[in-house]
Amino acid sequence: MPTNIIIADHLSLAYQELDTIIYGATFMIKEGDFVVITGESGSGKSTLLKSFYGAIAPSRGELYVRDVNMNHVKPSKLNALRRHIGIVFQDYKLIKEWTIEKNVMLPLIISGYKRHVGDAEVQRLLSHVKLSHQIGKYPPELSGGEQQRVAIARALAHNPTLILADEPTGNLDEYSASLIWNLLEESNLQLNTTIIVVTHRIPKGLRIPYRHYHIDSGNVNEIT
Amino acid sequence: MKSLKNHLSLIIALFTVLVSVEIYVAVDRTISTYESHLKNSYSIIVVTKNTMSQETFKGMDSMIERAVPIETAHVLKGFQGEITPKNLALLEHALPKFYRIYLVSFPTPEQITALQHTLQKTPEIERVEGFAQTHDAMYQLMLLFKRVFQLLSIAIAVVTFLLIFKEMRLLQVQHTDRVAIMALLGAPALLRSAVLFRLAIVDAILATLLLSGTLWGLDYYALLALQLKEIGISVQLFSLIEDTLRSLLIALGITITFMFTIVISHHEEK
Repeated sequence: MPTNIIIADHLSLAYQELDTIIYGATFMIKEGDFVVITGESGSGKSTLLKSFYGAIAPSRGELYVRDVNMNHVKPSKLNALRRHIGIVFQDYKLIKEWTIEKNVMLPLIISGYKRHVGDAEVQRLLSHVKLSHQIGKYPPELSGGEQQRVAIARALAHNPTLILADEPTGNLDEYSASLIWNLLEESNLQLNTTIIVVTHRIPKGLRIPYRHYHIDSGNVNEIT
Repeated sequence: MKSLKNHLSLIIALFTVLVSVEIYVAVDRTISTYESHLKNSYSIIVVTKNTMSQETFKGMDSMIERAVPIETAHVLKGFQGEITPKNLALLEHALPKFYRIYLVSFPTPEQITALQHTLQKTPEIERVEGFAQTHDAMYQLMLLFKRVFQLLSIAIAVVTFLLIFKEMRLLQVQHTDRVAIMALLGAPALLRSAVLFRLAIVDAILATLLLSGTLWGLDYYALLALQLKEIGISVQLFSLIEDTLRSLLIALGITITFMFTIVISHHEEK
């Protein structure tokens, strides 16, 4: 039976006391789920996603991610949790001064992998995202779509149990966007990785079953 | 370009601290050499009623290293032929004994006064001559110079430390993005700041090399040593290996401590 990766119990999120973004959300996300969160701009989709990797703490209610209580998480425990999560951002968040190879290697360095193991894994991942021919290049030398594929490769590098993607296709053309969605689908299907994607709109060609949450006026509703 | 300017500022600031430490050490070496020179040439003259042993003198004060009797034979020799041998023997017996007392280190004026008091209190000793005034003026001048430089070094260090701290903060700001990305991927605080430590260490090494080059130049052309020799002080002002190692330790100590403080006090941007 799949275990719960995320448990939210009457979860509220606020940047300031009087500025609540999410009101009393209760839901559970299981291992292997493919979840899509939609909502208008400013509805709190990204804020909800941020709470999953501890960038914002619950203002009320409770939130557990991989059994870690996010209400009172120590920095060392938060770091350990983040080492099990792959995060993909709309603005890629790649280190510009590093080659794409080293960017993909970063989670492996953080997790303490040996260099030769890391090298082989990075080659495999770059080949998987169809960027082996760009090895040695720096992020600013790549297109937006290519940079996002590097970000996906980096998110997959340490074989995480959970991937969080914040508007991963927001800045991309249709072709690049479909490649990104395919990569996320493959990870879910082949590795049983739990995927949570925040997006403006769900692509029509999504091939796998997914759970859909919609945020409206701070309320998180599952659409069945 | 901005980064290079930032590095240069940090290197120059570190170099300034190292130079002030080096000058302080050189002044200290010069004064130690001068003290040693004074110690060897300085002695107290003591006149006693009877012959006294080395142990008796040493037992009087821990400052006393040894007592050397001053021969009176040549004085008596002048009287030979003028008085009878019997009277000469009586005179020799009646003459007081003279000793030159050498000390373990060059004394301060207070130590000389205290030692003179101790010696004068001893019943066997009739007279003590310290010659304090003769030796004291130059030494006091050098001590004054040393103290002034100590204060100057502290002032330079405070100002330069503030500058180093500011430059290191700038270095941190330049790498904010990288540090933030590494934090999001779960890197511990020290690992995500490793690049900052690496840069700080490189700058510390470069500042030390710059100082070593300067010392080598000064030593090679013997610019300062010659001037000191002219005033009678022969001293090895710089020891290239020892000074380079000490400077490297100081530079690394400053940069690592400051960077550690900056990293620890930095609040993660979420």
